[in-house]
Amino acid sequence: MQTSISGPSLSRALTVAVPLVLALVLLPRVVDLYQTELLIYGFTFAIAALGFNLLLGYTGLLSFGHSAYFGTGAYTVAFIVRDLHVQSMELCILGALASTLIISALFGYVCVRHTRIFFGILTLALSQVIWSLAFKFFWVTGGTDGIRVPRTTITLLAGLLDFKGSGSYQRFVYSYYYYVLFLFLVAVAIMWVIVHSPFGKALQAIRDNDVRAGFVGIAVRRYRWIAFVISGLFTGLAGALWVPLNGLTTPDILYWPFSGEIVFMTVLGGFRTFTGPIVGAIAFNYLKVYAVASSQYWQLVLGVVLVILVLALPAGIVGTFKHLAGKLGRS
Amino acid sequence: MALLETIDLKRYFGETRAVDNVSLKIEEHEFVSLVGPNGAGKTSLINVISALLSPESGRIIFKGEDITRLSVTQRVKAGIARSFQLVNVFDDLTTFDNVALAIFARQGKTAHLGSLAHLDHEVTREAVAILDQFALAPKRAHSARDLSQGERKLLDVALAYSLRPKLLFLDEPTSGVSTRDKGQIMDTIASVVRAEGITAVIVEHDMDVVFKYSDRIVVMAQGTVLAQGTPDEIRSNEQVAMVLLGSSGPDAFTRKD
Repeated sequence: MQTSISGPSLSRALTVAVPLVLALVLLPRVVDLYQTELLIYGFTFAIAALGFNLLLGYTGLLSFGHSAYFGTGAYTVAFIVRDLHVQSMELCILGALASTLIISALFGYVCVRHTRIFFGILTLALSQVIWSLAFKFFWVTGGTDGIRVPRTTITLLAGLLDFKGSGSYQRFVYSYYYYVLFLFLVAVAIMWVIVHSPFGKALQAIRDNDVRAGFVGIAVRRYRWIAFVISGLFTGLAGALWVPLNGLTTPDILYWPFSGEIVFMTVLGGFRTFTGPIVGAIAFNYLKVYAVASSQYWQLVLGVVLVILVLALPAGIVGTFKHLAGKLGRS
Repeated sequence: MALLETIDLKRYFGETRAVDNVSLKIEEHEFVSLVGPNGAGKTSLINVISALLSPESGRIIFKGEDITRLSVTQRVKAGIARSFQLVNVFDDLTTFDNVALAIFARQGKTAHLGSLAHLDHEVTREAVAILDQFALAPKRAHSARDLSQGERKLLDVALAYSLRPKLLFLDEPTSGVSTRDKGQIMDTIASVVRAEGITAVIVEHDMDVVFKYSDRIVVMAQGTVLAQGTPDEIRSNEQVAMVLLGSSGPDAFTRKD
């Protein structure tokens, strides 16, 4: 009798991942500047959705307030650049992670006292507290105007790359593409290890049956809290990376519809799969951009897609694809 | 010193006295059966001892220490594990992952988030061995949801056993299982428990099973302990026969009517 068990095959994951990563590395040489920029947005949202899905797909907790952590990351970068005159993006990211850590630990501590709809409502309510702060304290946050973070004010790789002078927009997009791609890959790798670790298994056990999880000795509430904080950190990182790209942070990214968009991305891709949120976030970004460009009723387009999704593809893009592949493999 | 002692344990549900002044001792390495008619308070007693319910009053002493105020996870860490009357496993995890998770939890490894679970060969070996003991090895890659009722019952027990407890409560491990599978499940459980010297308390309705496996039998009725003793003593106890069977006299337990 063999004593090994088929786990997630690292070699199989790599055979899929390596060609994909190579394609992503080469892509800016093939597509134009605008498409490259869209992909950067896609990567940042993918990091956020990946973090969000640690709670939804793996721990069984539906957060309706992840805008709070995305926004915390984004505003922290804006504050650091504007008030501390720090230029290094790396320092900005560290600052953003630190502030998201505090906010998500605080909010998570309150929210994990409850589950299901009560958890969802609490996350929503707390995120709206942050939104109203950003909205009302305009002398600090700029109110609805937000805070500008021009790309000329930041440098990458500890000052190695700056974006002043002519042609800086083009240089910024191409450099930032690889910068975000690298951090995105690091985030994916970290999350992959987490969900396949003993800790990740414990989260899935809590998702399936929290009572029994307690009876095998897992401190359910504490584990939910840790998952919440990790989830918040990923989303905060996403927010931090998004700001220089967008050039501006506004209360919109703290408002509840943005939390809804993160849920939408994850469900679109499929929340019961690891890659679902990634695919969903990138797909959602294209969908929204083209819906906005083609119709002033773009919300209607997204709404119809969501309805079709829930009715016809409840497993999401990746879930449905896996299901079909499994069927083809058998026949 | 008894492994477990309850002192005047009480748990009421409104007017119903589910557990009413129960003082009971469980000695180390015993195989004890808890019997009684439906509503006698057997499951409630286990729920109170395992911290699923809190007692109205009374104390629980385990290994000489008062554990009355400890949480579920603290009691698990102290060495008390249980299975459930209604199957209570991790449905979306594989059979293997169910057992592996319990082992990870026991070893305190569920806090590890930087290592891959399936590369822990020590845990894998132990999980495979336990699945073998419980005859679940052929189904190890199936999700728990896809197992038969009997297999799910066994997995529920295997989860508790994987914690290597000092004291194991099994709440009707054979309920909802065909008579043929019943003997097999009980043989599996009894052999595993005896081999490891685990103290086991089992709730069971089938008196044939109870007499066959128990060192000692505790009879409960209306929340109180009615009688306790060896299988022979209980077999010849007329009061017990009246409560359990509604008839008494010699051979009440073996008479088939």
